[in-house]
Amino acid sequence: MTSSIEVSLSEVAGSLALVAIAIGVSLWRRTDLEQDIGIAVVRSFIQLTAIGFVIQAIFDEDSLALVALLIAVMIVFGALTARGRARKVPGAFWPLLIALALAGVATLGLVVGLGIFEPEPRYLVPVGGMVIGNAMTAAAVALNRLGDDMHDSAHRIEATLALGATSREAAMPVVRRALRSGTIALIDSTKTTGLIFFPGTMVGMLLAGADPIDAVRLQLILLWVLLGSVAIAALVATSLAYRNFFTPAHQLREPPEP
Amino acid sequence: MRSAENRPMLFELDGVTLSRGSRTILERVSVQLPDGAVCIAGPSGCGKSSLLRLLNRLADPDVGVVRYRGADVRDRDPLELRREVALVPQLPALLDGSVEDNIRFAAGLNGAGDDGSPLETARLLELAGLDASYADRDARRLSVGEQQRAMLARALAVEPGVLLLDEPTSALDEAARDAIEWTLRDLRRRLGISLVLVTHDPDQARRMADWVIRLERGAAIAQGAVRTGRGA
Repeated sequence: MTSSIEVSLSEVAGSLALVAIAIGVSLWRRTDLEQDIGIAVVRSFIQLTAIGFVIQAIFDEDSLALVALLIAVMIVFGALTARGRARKVPGAFWPLLIALALAGVATLGLVVGLGIFEPEPRYLVPVGGMVIGNAMTAAAVALNRLGDDMHDSAHRIEATLALGATSREAAMPVVRRALRSGTIALIDSTKTTGLIFFPGTMVGMLLAGADPIDAVRLQLILLWVLLGSVAIAALVATSLAYRNFFTPAHQLREPPEP
Repeated sequence: MRSAENRPMLFELDGVTLSRGSRTILERVSVQLPDGAVCIAGPSGCGKSSLLRLLNRLADPDVGVVRYRGADVRDRDPLELRREVALVPQLPALLDGSVEDNIRFAAGLNGAGDDGSPLETARLLELAGLDASYADRDARRLSVGEQQRAMLARALAVEPGVLLLDEPTSALDEAARDAIEWTLRDLRRRLGISLVLVTHDPDQARRMADWVIRLERGAAIAQGAVRTGRGA
């Protein structure tokens, strides 16, 4: 699986032609997105270049401690970002942080433990990044749904509490729907992979000149690993976050308006 | 108005104040609710429903004490209390699934393993004024009146000693209202359970209750027995 290609800055600059098209469309159809497109291009350049140097440094040091530090930073930023999507969930940060940490540690631990990848920075950094990124999206979608549904279903939840159900029993239908919506997107894209879209790892390996069979096998590993990590993240985030809607006496903190 | 001295007190509220955000909903309310059929009456927005929710600890007051049979409700396990003092809210709020699924769920809360058998479901439906054919109906496709009755059947499945009912007939026409009132009186007669009923309709309070509490703008302005009440 070792192959490398050289990409020059002028080649990167060439792809800006397509950005120009995007800006042109925005100007022509007055979607008012030129500025956002510009910011997106600049930010992606700066962020990816910076992380490229960080990863290069970690590869050069060959230090697992630095890998752990990088992943910890990604988990914290992932939790902060996901919290922005879960505004209706009180105290969403800690459930998200724990969810991303567990998803990351469990997934990386398993792929190393099962001998799928060597415990080396060149495997752990990219896999860790993918796992945390997908776990973040899944947890954010799940908690976003949880926040909306807890609000919309407050009457039904309280009607169930009113008969002596625990907060867990009362929230379970809502938690189940939230968990589902957090994981369904990846399940759907896994179903259609290869038909409707080519996943990034495979594309990257093919571009880098790898054998297609190797590229496909690595992609399958990553897709299946991601399914697990996304399920863990959505499960942990929803299982912890729903509690924040209730008092210890199984009361809704924000009861429905009469 | 008659004093309540020689009646066993089902609930007592002592200096209860409840607020929500900056809004005061109940202010220094001290009332007594004897066993039997009690109506909490008053115009909408006066705090009736909020008071009802204090009785089985769906909420706790900011100040003051709520007692159930002489003991502070905060000393009781809230889940146990709510199975003994079940509340049926104003809006139909059934779970997805059939009427029987809802009843089974509630029976399960009471730890009743055998409950929810077809026979038991039929009995609960009959108590709530529905025939057995309703068991298989989709709970959320029933009419409001039917949902109200299904909620009642579901609440009865936890075998409560007290039923708290929040405006059980507010969304119904006169005939359906009379039928529900008949059902509630029938329940009292057959099961001997106590009822606490919230209503905005003074006539309903007179028809249903043997003890009435009047609320206005968060304050209890009167309480006492209804001499002509039909309650058992």
